[in-house]
Order: sequence, then structure tokens, then C-alpha cells
Amino acid sequence: MRSLTDSVRKPWISTARREKLVHGLFFVCGIFSVIVLLGIFLLLIVTAVPAFEEISIKEFLFGLDWNPTSYEQETYGIVPMLVSTFMVTLGALAIAVPLGVGTAAYLSEVAHPRVREIAKPIVEILAGIPSVVIGFLGIVLVGPWIARVFGLPNGLTALNGAVLLAVMALPTIISISEDALKSVPDTYEQASLALGATSWQTIVRVKIPAALSGIIAACMLGMGRAVGETMTVLMATGCSPAMPESFLGPVRTLTSSIAIELGEVAYNTTHYYALFALGLVLFVITFIINLISDVILHRYEKAHR
Amino acid sequence: MKKAMMFVLLAAFLSWSPVARAGRGMIQIKGSDTLINLVQRLAEVYMEGHPGKYIAVTGGGSGTGIAALINGKCDIADASRVMKPKEEARVAKSGRQVHRVVIAMDGLSVIVNAANPVDRLTMDQVGAIFRGDITNWKDVGGPEMPITLYGRQSNSGTFIFFRDTVLKGDYSQKMNRMNGNAQIVESVKKDRTGIGYVGVGYVKEATGLKVLKIASHPGGNYADPLNKEDVEKGIYPITRPLNQYIGGQVSPEARAFIEFELSPKGQAIVQQEGFFPVSAEYKALNRRAGF
Repeated sequence: MRSLTDSVRKPWISTARREKLVHGLFFVCGIFSVIVLLGIFLLLIVTAVPAFEEISIKEFLFGLDWNPTSYEQETYGIVPMLVSTFMVTLGALAIAVPLGVGTAAYLSEVAHPRVREIAKPIVEILAGIPSVVIGFLGIVLVGPWIARVFGLPNGLTALNGAVLLAVMALPTIISISEDALKSVPDTYEQASLALGATSWQTIVRVKIPAALSGIIAACMLGMGRAVGETMTVLMATGCSPAMPESFLGPVRTLTSSIAIELGEVAYNTTHYYALFALGLVLFVITFIINLISDVILHRYEKAHR
Repeated sequence: MKKAMMFVLLAAFLSWSPVARAGRGMIQIKGSDTLINLVQRLAEVYMEGHPGKYIAVTGGGSGTGIAALINGKCDIADASRVMKPKEEARVAKSGRQVHRVVIAMDGLSVIVNAANPVDRLTMDQVGAIFRGDITNWKDVGGPEMPITLYGRQSNSGTFIFFRDTVLKGDYSQKMNRMNGNAQIVESVKKDRTGIGYVGVGYVKEATGLKVLKIASHPGGNYADPLNKEDVEKGIYPITRPLNQYIGGQVSPEARAFIEFELSPKGQAIVQQEGFFPVSAEYKALNRRAGF
């Protein structure tokens, strides 16, 4: 066995070469993910476009009925699914953002170090719970609870999906917000306290605004998770394709429609292409969310420079 | 970490596919959610009696099983509906022939919550309810309360069969699309306004719900899917055969398993699981198919 010092003394490859090699390796990794992403995007477009040979774009974007396996007349309108997706996602954010940012502020500013040491890993473990388990909780626990509270015959509602997605988005929001709050320089806090501000004022008026870019990024990541989540909403929201009426009625999101129908669809039919068009719509939505968060972050960084 | 996992998956995939193709004695069965418990039970008993034989049974819905059969991803497809001509043509296009075997009979059961006073409906009423034409229980002799519909998703053979034989039209867009028979049973148990449809094998031991008696036409006799005679004689109007489809040459392994399913021992298991033995009409069909 060669000792460590030996290998340092006689490198099997010159330092400059090694640098180059590592450089090349990282370049290949980086370019690979770009190629994969472009490939997915192209595949989506190529497979989605033939759908519009038989469906008019107007019907697809503004149609109020989605029923590609109809007994009488096939229809391909995505409006109810778009509305459903936004209802569930925004509902989840409305619950998860205040709760998540509050928890992050508590963990980073208020909590005793020992509490934080226990609580933070627990929150992060929450991220590892499979979505099918969360969906099951939605059926047996959250759904019946919602039904009881609101006097509904059943709990398969948009609200159920929103609560469950909030639980799934929380670990991301808490963990990243907490890191952002931690990275605010201590001098900010010290200056604020020295000026006579209370701890509450320091957290709300100084630290959270200073960490806002990170907190917004956290919320956007949480939103991304909520938009794309499939299994949980599939199990917990009833999935009736009708136009949603309220948060206390069933909804069917873009993701659950794809999951329900892709398994049985015959390849290279209009229905098959239409499902990829749904995927494209989902892709565009996540792209826009990321773009908006990017713009917000840049503006914010400029203002604070 | 992710990369390592990818490699493991890739390795598993590469090593698995040729083995699966060359694996003698291994039968892949895929499809109907209505049939899955029954076929799994049949496979278990069969494997106990035939060491060295392996049968893998998975669900996903009749549509999923038939799609897998078309794509050559399984040996036998369980289907609670018949294959559409389009689907048979797709198998034929790949140069294979489709064989159909009926392994059991099902009295497709319409269920409501145990607290619902309604205990019988006609076919027309059931159809109107699921089409969304009747939306309140008071219109079918029940209390004043809205009806909540529980049905399957479009990959389900039961979804298609029920639509084509009972509704003869489209489902209400407001129907909740549940992921399997068991979910419908659970939902109807909890929802006193609910109505759903499931294979009879799922209601035999279920509590908290009621199986409706159905008449084929107004003024006709109401028949009960739990009553063996009503289903066997076809008096119960939503009786259907439960099928298995085999694509291409029937391998000796598949033939042996199907013969076991149709044997008196196999048919006894069918009844234990809450379904009914193959009727004389479909026995004749099986014989014509060579079983």
C-alpha cells in the first residue's frame, strides 16, 4: 500500500493536466444536463404538436370540457384543469408560506439551539415522506376532517389537496428560508437592537426583509413542487373533470389527468398527443413561475446594492 | 447519490429485460383492478402446487393491461371488458393472434351507504343518475339530499363496461374518478349521499354499505348480484364475463395456468373470492378457443 505522502510526491498526472481533466469533466456534466433538458423540451413539442391537427388551439385553450374517451363526442378543453391546478397550488401557498416563514423565523431567531437541533432535521425528514403516503393521509385523515368541519358529504375537495400540498411544500420553504435568515449578517441584528428595536421588530422589519430574496426563492421552489405534484392530488381531490365550483368541491389538476390517462392511451392517437400537449402546458407554467421569481430576485438584488 | 441510483436502476433494467424474456416458467399477468385479488389468489394456490413456476400479477386497470399486451409487455392481460376491435387490430398488426378466455362471472354491483333508505333501482334510473340527469335522492324514492357519484377512471374496464351497458351515454362530469374498486367502497362507506359501482368480489364482506337490487326495466323483477342464481341465469342485468387475453402462441406455462383457473379447484377459488363460476354460454366460448 502506498502512503499518502508518496502519492503526493509522485503524482500520476501533472497538476495542470489534472486541472484540465476536472475542468473537462464538469463541462461534460453541465452540458449533459442542458442537452437532456433541451431534449425533453423538444420531445414535448414534437409529440404535442400533432394534437392540433384534429383539435383547434382555441378549443384546447378555452374549452370547458375534457373528455377524450367520450361515448358520444370527444372534447379537449383544458380550462377546468388549469383552474384546478391554480386553485390547489395557490391554496397550498396561502397555507404554507405564512406557516413556513414563521417556522423558519422561529428556528433561526427564537428557538433554543437544542430545540433547533432536534426540530430542523425532523422538518427535513418531512420532505422524504412519499407522496402516496401523504395522499393516503388525505383520504383517511384530512379529508374526513374537512368533511366534518364544513358539513360536506365527503372530503375529496380542492381544500384537501391544498392542505396536503402545503405539508409537502413546507420542508422546502422552512429549510431554505431558515438558511436565508441565517445568512443575514449579524451586524444588521446588532445595529437594530442597539437602536432600541425589540426582538420582534428586528425579526420582522430587519431580518426578514434582508433575507427576502432567499425567502421568495424558497416559496417559488415550494410552488414548483405543488404545481407538479401528482399522486397526492390524484388520490385526495376526487378528480371529477367538471369545472371546479369552490374550494369545497372536487377538482382535477393537469398532473392527475396525465397520470390517469397516459397508462391506457393508444400510442400515436390524438388523445396521446393531447396528453403531451398537457405536459407542455405544465412545462410552460413552471417555466413562467421560475422566470417571475428570477425577475423578482434580480430587481431585489439591484435595489439592495 | 442520484447518479449512483441511476446506475443501479440502469443495471437492474439491463439485467432484467433479457432474463424476463428468456425466463422459462415465468408468466406476467397485468390489468384489471376488479380481477387482481382473484387472479393473485389463483396464482398463489397454483404456485404452491407447482414449485418452480412463477406468476407475477399486477393491476393498473383493464386498459393498462391491454396496452401492455399490445406492446408485448405481458403474457396475459386481465380485462373486465372485451377488447375493442381497434385494439385487436393492433395486436394482429404485429402478427399475433388474440385468444380470449372467460375465467369468472361478475355481477357488477351498484352500492350506496348503509344509511341510505333506497335499496332498489331500475337500469334506467342508475343510468340517469350516473349521466347526471338525476341529481337528488328524492327523485328515486330517497330522502331530500344531493347524489354524490363515485366511478372509476378511464383506464378501467369497469368504467367502459358500465358506461356502454348502463349509461349508453357519457358520465356526469361531476363524477369523482376513483383509483380502483377499493377506493370506491371506502368512499361510499363514508358518504351517506354516495353511489358507486364495483365488482361483486369487493362487496361480499364489506360492511357499512348496501348493494342495490336492480331491475332491467320498470316493473321488472329486481335481482340481487349477491344471489348466485340471479347472476348465473343472467336475471341480474349488469352481469358480465371477466376475461383474460393472451397474445400470440399460448405457451405451455400459460396454458397450464389457465386450465387450472377453469378447473373445479380454480372455480371454487373464484367463488371464495366473491365472484361466480363461468356460465354455460362462456364455457362454450372457452371450448371454441381451445380451453
